[in-house]
Amino acid sequence: MAHADLISAATLTDPQPLVIAGHEFRSRLMVGTGKYASNAQMIDAIEASGAEVVTVAVRRVDLDRSKDEAILHHLDPDHFFLLANTAGCFNASDAIRYARLARAAGFNEWVKLEVIGDQQSLLPDTIGLLQATKTLADEGFKVLAYTNDDLVTALKLEDAGAVAVMPLASPIGSGLGMLNPYAIRTIKQRLSVPVIVDAGVGTASDACIVMEQGVDGILMNTGIAAAQDPVRMAAAMKGAVEAGRHAYLAGRMPRREVAVPSSPTTGMLGS
Amino acid sequence: MTESGGIVREAMAGEVVLAVNGAERRIPDGWTLADLLASLELDARTVVVERNGTILRDRSSFASLDLAADDSLEIVHFVGGG
Repeated sequence: MAHADLISAATLTDPQPLVIAGHEFRSRLMVGTGKYASNAQMIDAIEASGAEVVTVAVRRVDLDRSKDEAILHHLDPDHFFLLANTAGCFNASDAIRYARLARAAGFNEWVKLEVIGDQQSLLPDTIGLLQATKTLADEGFKVLAYTNDDLVTALKLEDAGAVAVMPLASPIGSGLGMLNPYAIRTIKQRLSVPVIVDAGVGTASDACIVMEQGVDGILMNTGIAAAQDPVRMAAAMKGAVEAGRHAYLAGRMPRREVAVPSSPTTGMLGS
Repeated sequence: MTESGGIVREAMAGEVVLAVNGAERRIPDGWTLADLLASLELDARTVVVERNGTILRDRSSFASLDLAADDSLEIVHFVGGG
């Protein structure tokens, strides 16, 4: 490949687009739709992020209020891939119920499965998560399972039929970045299904470092929505995910604890 | 029907008392699910309805689905989330 072609290829394309359960996606960045100051800001941020997959939650219609909360009044389902979550569910049966309701909305049979085990940390109940993953996979759902960074749980989720496993970088909404790169790397190396890191990314460098571990993608919400300028942060996250992906594919130089000069050591002037 | 803890008032003639999203609601006798959604100004295509624990997946059935006393309906939709 000519040098110029190589440069443009590296700039413009990912040699392997993200594919989950046979479905090809145009971006490795997935974004949530919660916590924005306004729906207009949310739409602008999502556009700036370049994301195709956008997550939504299932909730009761508020019969006494304006219907502005309905996300479909703002998001074009032909332009985005709606991924319903089961956020707020604290046991397998609730999560299964929410997933079934989401599927009945008629867009797809995909679900970002959350079974939360602890109110304060929002860490997953991995036992309930495994049960719900199995049940929903048996019903034909494409389950993307939000989990912790434990390898054995991730392997069991894959066995249970998850089409992607979503380990956290750090707790939901914490913005702490990736706390255990070794665990994330190990999960990626051992699983066959895509690994999408979900939760904890706080700024662009966090996203870049996550992608440098070789994972298939990132899902984030608060890292964009809670920025001072969410639209600009969304653009920064887009760049960071792409940069991290290319850095991973490029293969980083080995770390050395000694300096090695970059400039020639010969040809110095005589004293 | 006592989720709010209030005193349950018997249905008057010509009305049906049911629960919608956890709250008591009184509708005219003979209303279908489509009638209820229309009165709530909801587009059936953008909501999902669960009746007595069963998801109603066939929206074309809403116009012929007669609501009954003590029905418990959950009407949900997609909202912003992560």
